[in-house]
Amino acid sequence: MKKIFGLLSAALFTVLAVVAPSFAADVIKIGVAGVHTGDLAPFGIPTVHAAKIVAEKYNKEGGLLGKKIELIVLDEQCKPEVATNVATSLVTSKVVGVIGHICSGATKAALPIYKQDKIPVISPSATNPSLTKIGYPVFFRTIAPDNAQGKLQEEFIVNKLHAKRVAIIHDKGDYGKGLATYLKNYIEKSGKAKVVLFEGITPGAMDYSAVVQKIKRARPDVVMFGGYHPEASKIAMTMKRKRLKMPFISDDGIKNDKFIQVAGKYAEGVYASGPKDVSGNPLYKVALNEHKKKYGTEPGAFYYNAYAATQALFEAIKKAGTTDFAKVTHALRTNYVETPLGKIKFDKKGEAEGVGFAVYQVKNGKFVQVYAPSK
Amino acid sequence: MDWSYFLDLFMSGLTKGSIYALIALGYTMVYGIIQLINFAHGEIYMIGAFVALITATILTSMGLNLFAVFILAILVAVIYSSAYGFTVEKIAYKPLRHASRLSPLISAIGMSIFLQNYVMLSQTADFVPFPEIIPVPKFLEKVSDYVDPVGVVIIVVTVVVMIALSLFVKKTKIGKAMRATAQNKTMAMLCGVDVDNTISVTFVIGSALAAIGGVLIGAYVGQINFYIGFIAGLKAFTAAVLGGIGSIPGAALGGVVLGLTESFGTGYVSSDYEDVFAFVILVLILIFRPAGILGKSNTEKV
Repeated sequence: MKKIFGLLSAALFTVLAVVAPSFAADVIKIGVAGVHTGDLAPFGIPTVHAAKIVAEKYNKEGGLLGKKIELIVLDEQCKPEVATNVATSLVTSKVVGVIGHICSGATKAALPIYKQDKIPVISPSATNPSLTKIGYPVFFRTIAPDNAQGKLQEEFIVNKLHAKRVAIIHDKGDYGKGLATYLKNYIEKSGKAKVVLFEGITPGAMDYSAVVQKIKRARPDVVMFGGYHPEASKIAMTMKRKRLKMPFISDDGIKNDKFIQVAGKYAEGVYASGPKDVSGNPLYKVALNEHKKKYGTEPGAFYYNAYAATQALFEAIKKAGTTDFAKVTHALRTNYVETPLGKIKFDKKGEAEGVGFAVYQVKNGKFVQVYAPSK
Repeated sequence: MDWSYFLDLFMSGLTKGSIYALIALGYTMVYGIIQLINFAHGEIYMIGAFVALITATILTSMGLNLFAVFILAILVAVIYSSAYGFTVEKIAYKPLRHASRLSPLISAIGMSIFLQNYVMLSQTADFVPFPEIIPVPKFLEKVSDYVDPVGVVIIVVTVVVMIALSLFVKKTKIGKAMRATAQNKTMAMLCGVDVDNTISVTFVIGSALAAIGGVLIGAYVGQINFYIGFIAGLKAFTAAVLGGIGSIPGAALGGVVLGLTESFGTGYVSSDYEDVFAFVILVLILIFRPAGILGKSNTEKV
């Protein structure tokens, strides 16, 4: 029985191998790699949706370079070991570009394979700063790296709030502590302000009044917290109760309605950095409506970043007039494209120019954008 | 020495310690009587906080004044939590009274997980804001630059509750029955003490204290979720062991020692190691006094 199966699958495989190349001539293959199953699927599925919507749109207008676009969608479950398999599989199917991967870890594992075969990769969501270094020159992304948020906070704290003494608290987690460390380094490098307190707290602890006393004693001009909203709201509340009036700034982890709801009146005046508000862009609305029309729901995480990534790749191929690696990546780096995130192109490292963070403040129970760097 | 900083840390440590102590009493009383670590106790505290939140929201919308809301919220939370404590004992522990000591322990852990998930599903998995319902007397507002008035109210409530509890255990007939059951269950039974009833009363009192703790901490930190019971329970259990499990004054002392250690550790060293200080103290005390600060060591006859 086993033998028959083996023979059968071998036969099938041969058929596939023979048939596939005959199609290859008249399609342009684009890989879409990311997490599509499991817990993290909500972070990967919207990218598939975006790629499908954009590809359909281009195909309706005749495709690229006179050929139809064909998407090869592969699931790597955010696992580095699966990601390398997926990358190899995409490379062997002769894709000319990849939208993905979603998680930084998986992206890191897959990049060397794309690098070897010179295939441009545009991630909508992998934010680890080192990726542009590891993946150069094949890697691009339409999301700002983790350290960009720290840089922006430093600019805001030092130049806009004119703080001289900064207290930095974090939740000891990868995200919170990572961001807090970036901010600390940027502040120390700027030389314009001093970090007077740098401490981790235990997330989920009963209360943080002792650490707030410590903040009070350090007499900072600004308090920054790296972490998520439950701890942030407790700290903001305790600070106001103890009559600490200096500004409190936190990160994308608190920039949500939940923070405002839980902290209530104590949320008022709190700053938070988060991705730039792009909902005013005309293309943003177009992309939103296309998603609603095709899938009947609001788009999920990184949808607009993926939409922009797909657009950027297609436009670059169009501009280059070929799928040649050098020409496509040159076009990615020089040619501006109108996307839901605004008008973007990529810099030398592969970061999208014009994509980044802004600072928001809670005013009358809503986050309002108060500072966005012009670049 | 910066005395006002010291005082601030002392106050926040004492406030936190008071809450730990209130919950620790429930652990210690139950352990004293049936030698069971009631892991579901933290969840009773969490349920108390949720019931108080719902009650306070309804009462506030009816326009009652703060003091009435506070008292009624505590009252409803106490009644509700006591009912839960009573039921948990009847369902999860009583059938296992004569089983080996591990069985009720596992049953307790199961109950804890069940109650957590029950609240998560029936209420919400998110944090919910808790209204500030602790009434602050006028004279305390004047000194609020030096001490946190809400903290003072919490400490006072805790002290009053503890004195009441000590009197109850020492002076009443049920208290006497509780002490008798703790010393020797069989002998107490022979002398006509209704042991089952006494154990139920112990669970009810422990749960009531936990509920008070839940209301106080909810109003103090301003937010609760289904998971707060687990964390508070772990700390309170540590406090109970620290003070000597089975001893009522020990639980109170253990809670305060733990709260102060955390607060001073954070204030003078680093908050990165808040939990480390708590457990280092526990280890140190258990090395020198294996039965806890006020615990009586029982030498087992072989």
